[in-house]
Amino acid sequence: MKEVNLSMVPEAQVGDYVLVHVGVAISVVDEEEALKTFEYIKQIGELNELNPDEIHSTNQQLKKR
Amino acid sequence: MKHLSEYRDAALVNELVEDIKAITTKPWTIMEVCGGQTHSLVKNGIIDMLPKEITMVHGPGCPVCVTPISIIDEAITLSKKPEVILCSFGDMLRVPGSDRSLLEAKSEGADVRIVYSPLDAVKLAKENPDREVVFFAVGFETTAPANALSVIQADKLGIKNYSILASHVLVPPAMEAILSDPETTVNAFLAAGHVCTIMGIDEYYPIAGKYKVPIVVTGFEPVDLLQGIYMTVRQLEAGESNVENQYVRVVQREGNLLAKDAIDKVFEVSDRDWRGIGNIPSSGWEVNNRYQQYNARKKFNLQPVEVKENKNCIAGEIMKGKKKPFDCPLFAKACNPEHPQGAPMVSSEGSCAAYYHYSNSNLVAENIY
Repeated sequence: MKEVNLSMVPEAQVGDYVLVHVGVAISVVDEEEALKTFEYIKQIGELNELNPDEIHSTNQQLKKR
Repeated sequence: MKHLSEYRDAALVNELVEDIKAITTKPWTIMEVCGGQTHSLVKNGIIDMLPKEITMVHGPGCPVCVTPISIIDEAITLSKKPEVILCSFGDMLRVPGSDRSLLEAKSEGADVRIVYSPLDAVKLAKENPDREVVFFAVGFETTAPANALSVIQADKLGIKNYSILASHVLVPPAMEAILSDPETTVNAFLAAGHVCTIMGIDEYYPIAGKYKVPIVVTGFEPVDLLQGIYMTVRQLEAGESNVENQYVRVVQREGNLLAKDAIDKVFEVSDRDWRGIGNIPSSGWEVNNRYQQYNARKKFNLQPVEVKENKNCIAGEIMKGKKKPFDCPLFAKACNPEHPQGAPMVSSEGSCAAYYHYSNSNLVAENIY
């Protein structure tokens, strides 16, 4: 069992995952954003099956993220 | 484990590799700045999966590797003082100074102890009031908040027998030093996710703008790295040079404000020598005036001594992205992790050590056998 200093993530709640570096938690892992990664990958996979015009517009959407 | 296994998913990795292949039309050189990323790229075989047009080069992002020999000598000098308990992260112990390592100093009787956190060193100081505890505070922006916190804690608790030997280096000035080299081959950067967890991403906009390079803040797992590379290549192919954040689940644009406050409280910007690269102006942090009593250099009146590197070692060119570990005549011969001759071989996060341990390329085989 390791002791972790939570003074730099006061927003952390029981049940949260935190990123710990040398005994100090430095960030709370954002569940929603973690899921978005996989949506992004799905989107770029679909992108490769589109025609060039559609690629451009989807590219614009991805850039806005 | 949550947020880990899905980022190592083989099917997703293959899908991303195909996605990258589909958009790559020209040769590009991309540098990852963090040693953790170098390690993951090589260990997971990602470098060999990328289309041949994409060359990954490995920046000076291993804190152990870029710590100058002169500072390791300072730590060894301190460790030999009978009153001193020298505390360090484990990976600093094997790094050779000019004539020995901390591990060798320990075997000769110095009181050198491995700690997991600088906060453990403060505890040790409290438990040993008749000794002087010095923490060897090595690291990038990621490690600085914990080191600052140790000083703030010691000060609050009135612990006077604690100090730190700071060797803090900063990523953005190193990126600028690499980009302003006229011979640079670097077209884009994967920025270090955990450094940005602390500092945020704003300091990369001026660099992307000035040098016209895409900078994508990226995580450390295979899916993270490949997604970061995809985002980078997409920008390169489109002629863009923006800052993007792949590692959104951990990195917020403004970084961690409380961590930045702790850093500001204890440290001030200073020039720094980087092992293998040389001096980079305003590229480090030193303990500021307010906390001088916690600065080991001041407390023990250490005088820096100039130390020469092995001149056959091409570490500087490797860390600037101009050469690969295989290009070095010493690689896997005179230079190996047991007897490192230069910076990138000393820690498992160094690019030479990563290639030595994990790369199954024929070039390595030729060199070793």
